[in-house]
Amino acid sequence: MTGAVLQIEDLRVRIPVPGGRWVGAVDGVTLAVGSGEIVGLVGESGCGKSTLGGAVMGLLPGGSEVSGRVLLDEEDLRGLTDEQYRRIRGDDIALVSQDPASSLDPTFSVGAQVAEAIRNHRDVSRRAARERAVELLGIVGIPDPRARYADPPHRFSGGMKQRVVIAAALANDPAVLIADEPTTALDVTIQAQILHLLRDLTVRSGTGVLLITHDLGVVAQVCDRVAVMYAGQVVEQGTVRDLFARPLHPYTRALLDSQPAAHHRSGDLPVIPGRVPDLTEPPAGCRFASRCAHVHDRCATAPPVIGMPNGGQVACWLHQAVTEEVR
Amino acid sequence: MSPRLRFVLRRLALTIPVLFVMSVFIFLIIRLVPGDPVRTMLGFRATPANVAQVRAQLHLDDPLWTQYRDWITGVLHGQFGQDFISKAPLGELLAQRIPVTLELTLLSMLLAVAVGVPLGVRAAVGGRWARRLTEGFVVFGISVPDFWLGIMLVLFFSGTMMWLPPSGFISFAEDPGGNLHYMILPVLTLAVAEAAYIVRTTRGSMLGVMGRPFIVYLRAKGTRERSIVYRHALRNAAAPIATVIGIQFGVLLGGAIVVETLFALPGVGRLIVTGINQRNYPVVQAGLLVVATFFILISLITDVVVGFIDPRVSDRGQS
Repeated sequence: MTGAVLQIEDLRVRIPVPGGRWVGAVDGVTLAVGSGEIVGLVGESGCGKSTLGGAVMGLLPGGSEVSGRVLLDEEDLRGLTDEQYRRIRGDDIALVSQDPASSLDPTFSVGAQVAEAIRNHRDVSRRAARERAVELLGIVGIPDPRARYADPPHRFSGGMKQRVVIAAALANDPAVLIADEPTTALDVTIQAQILHLLRDLTVRSGTGVLLITHDLGVVAQVCDRVAVMYAGQVVEQGTVRDLFARPLHPYTRALLDSQPAAHHRSGDLPVIPGRVPDLTEPPAGCRFASRCAHVHDRCATAPPVIGMPNGGQVACWLHQAVTEEVR
Repeated sequence: MSPRLRFVLRRLALTIPVLFVMSVFIFLIIRLVPGDPVRTMLGFRATPANVAQVRAQLHLDDPLWTQYRDWITGVLHGQFGQDFISKAPLGELLAQRIPVTLELTLLSMLLAVAVGVPLGVRAAVGGRWARRLTEGFVVFGISVPDFWLGIMLVLFFSGTMMWLPPSGFISFAEDPGGNLHYMILPVLTLAVAEAAYIVRTTRGSMLGVMGRPFIVYLRAKGTRERSIVYRHALRNAAAPIATVIGIQFGVLLGGAIVVETLFALPGVGRLIVTGINQRNYPVVQAGLLVVATFFILISLITDVVVGFIDPRVSDRGQS
């Protein structure tokens, strides 16, 4: 997609593990996020979705190897110096992470932590940053923000803390927001509020959001498009409507089938048999082959990424006949 | 009332029973030491009649409870009693001695903190060399006893180099420069071990904090690494460091007794040592009372400081 605020091209990340081996946590991911668009990135734990977020933020564990391109407004972030990257983090790309209870510094007031996000990037007076922080706390729905400014994080509930994190993340009107499981640690009722808050604020400001989650329900609620990740690779992507109505990849289908839904009240939920492959030694062909119900001889070689007429993409031999290969 | 003020008041109220129990211990402990003050005073030729007379004069035959009551009533009125031997009022003696010990311990602690905290931070976030060098320093500082280190420093700086006086004291009021000149070696002797403990605690505490998720989140906000380490991480790591500093003050006061004797400094420590040798009960009681009260005050300050650094501590127990 052109005009994307965030474009990830053939991104590969290898992380060293004890014993001198490497985990290929992200393996050839291509993904784009447009302005004001919310793209869901779904997958099981350990599929590399958070590593992808870390690679975009430039916050991977030491020793990791990254290749491919991460373009922010068509500027490649790879190869920036630490200080150049620091200037971008929190300004052009922001992060909302999983557990609000542990993402805030317990010894600083919530207001100071929002004001800090501003002063990290803008040369404004303390007073101006403070005023703006109070305003932001109000925007994210903290009641009586001026009075609560000086309160430390432990006097807030989980949902309120996540609102503070969102206020700090959106303080500098970032072009891209990485939301890494932003509602996992919250109650279900609070989840919906936080998701709608995120959606309202980012659509209004034109911020592109990469929403990392394992919860297809979250994707269905707020995302425009969705990419499904399996064992370090994106196996399918498309609009939320298409993907939910007509999943193409066997993994996506299996994932959708294993969601608890209102219409199956009784009986066991279907599960996907087998286990995720060991990413220190990934299988040569399709990584889902060992668990796939439609496995075939061709699956021993890596499947092509196939573009569908509706704009979606799927990496599976099953759909090769439908249309020609994109690459 | 703000939670912080309430926390300070509650902590303050807790020191009263501690002070009381401490005074009882001090009173009893010197009386448990074998030896009789009157016999020490009068020498071996004293007749039993003499001894009995002096004992009565000094109220040593009164029941312990009465002796304690008389002593503590005096202390509460600012009367520390008289030296058994010289009959000098102890209030004046303490007024001369306390500043020396305070200067010695505070300067040592200041030096130890000024050196120990930055070194500990570097050991936690710095490279391999920073880590190795500080580990070496910690092992050295903790293992070397203060009396030995003091003697070695004197041998080198006073003996070989002749830069500094080996012992003696000039009061700060008389000659500030000369005072500091005499203080360098004693302060250094005490500070090395303190600094080592502070380095070790700072390093451990900082390592724990730097691994916490909010550090990653601070980086994600684009916070400068310097600010992450010194403003955020150090503040989160500060409670154990402050606690160790508080506890080490007690060790320092104990060390002051050795170092004052070694360097012939006229402080409370040396007063206590002389008092113990003479079984001079009022002197030992007054000296220990001062030292222990000082330590209790330091603990109080430590707790309040920790409460201010970490808002969770002062909020605890209020709801």
